[in-house]
Amino acid sequence: MLDKNGIAKRIAKEIRDGYYVNLGIGIPTLVANYIPEGINVVLQSENGLLGMGPFPFEGEEDADLINAGKQTITTLAGSSIFDSAMSFGMIRSQKIDLTILGAMEVSENGDIANWKIPGKMVKGMGGAMDLVASAKNIIVAMQHVNKAGESKLLTQCSLPLTGVNCIKKVVTELAVLDILPEGGFKLLERAPGVSVDYIKQATSGKLVVADDVPEMILD
Amino acid sequence: MINKVVSGADEAIRDIGDGKTIMLGGFGLCGIPENCISALVKKGVKDLICISNNAGVDDFGIGLMLKKHQVKKMISSYVGENAEFERQLLSGELEVELIPQGTLATRCMAAGYGMPAIFTPAGVGTEVAEGKEIRNFNGKDYLMEYAFDADFALVKAWKGDKAGNLVFRSTSRNFNPVMAMAGKITIAEVEELVEPGELDPDHIHTPGVYVHRIFQGSDYEKRIEQRTVRTKN
Repeated sequence: MLDKNGIAKRIAKEIRDGYYVNLGIGIPTLVANYIPEGINVVLQSENGLLGMGPFPFEGEEDADLINAGKQTITTLAGSSIFDSAMSFGMIRSQKIDLTILGAMEVSENGDIANWKIPGKMVKGMGGAMDLVASAKNIIVAMQHVNKAGESKLLTQCSLPLTGVNCIKKVVTELAVLDILPEGGFKLLERAPGVSVDYIKQATSGKLVVADDVPEMILD
Repeated sequence: MINKVVSGADEAIRDIGDGKTIMLGGFGLCGIPENCISALVKKGVKDLICISNNAGVDDFGIGLMLKKHQVKKMISSYVGENAEFERQLLSGELEVELIPQGTLATRCMAAGYGMPAIFTPAGVGTEVAEGKEIRNFNGKDYLMEYAFDADFALVKAWKGDKAGNLVFRSTSRNFNPVMAMAGKITIAEVEELVEPGELDPDHIHTPGVYVHRIFQGSDYEKRIEQRTVRTKN
């Protein structure tokens, strides 16, 4: 079973040289720490920055320079700054190659819910609805089951949707799964030490399992 | 040169009355019009409809206006950092319309570009689409979203000249330029007010034609919401 950093590490292997990537808040943010050597990527922060750099050194924080998670960050050589309309313009026109975001639920037809729990949590969707509606390649990083032990990979989402039929891949602490065009989670890889049966039990939606499901290779 | 300078925040917001619709620039607490917010809190104007990506935190930004119950309705994309906001929302004291961040930005942009509506795929198939016209272009569904109609836009810039030309700094730019273009009356507060000619025309982010009033701000706190650092070695 993977921890959060393990999930981030596995997702980082999906990133190709030359990608522009938008990382959501939470586990997706950690992906930046595991981008392989020799792979050049540009990170977009939807508040208006391409070329997000690491956190500043202590004492060098700049209140005017933050990411979409409101964390202090830095720019890099080659960074650019723009306004919010242009930021979502480049998202809508599919200039961003890969979007990685968290979710509360994903359905077997690629629907995602991650912005609202009626009566309980009303934080808002931020840029998530724009990202999932336009991105050509979306990976969800999340826990396989919620805190109550219920599967987050479902036949149909129960929470208000963020987007429909848009998620292509899900990486959890247990598995890597593709969402098939005809519906269903195709089990591609198991986390180290996790059995197919365990993944079956933790998956409520339709799971498609081949005869041999390899373990993830993380390094 | 048309002189847009006013003495300060109090004069700039003098005609913002109860029930007006105002846009406020900023992302989180980054690039918010701190001086104008303080002046609105002091003035005690009520029943405002606020269009802003976020709603501040409990004791800063729009949170200060929420605490005094000056806001009737918030139109935002993300309001997660404010306990008082959540309390007022769940108790029904405050109306809120949550809309996708790109839709929010582009509805501002449409107003500034003189376009009545835009089409966006964001929110198709979700509750955001309820009651909205859907059009199919090239096999994909889009929602029609209207340009905002705001009485005032309050923005914060790094530098501005007396003719109202604005330059923003780093990611404090965010919603400020598009909101500046969208207000019927746009008020800009700046960290440094300079003479016309001191800003390179090639470096202007917002042309002065969009700005009606400008003033030299003071006492900027520029609070950091999430201070994240790394240590040397």
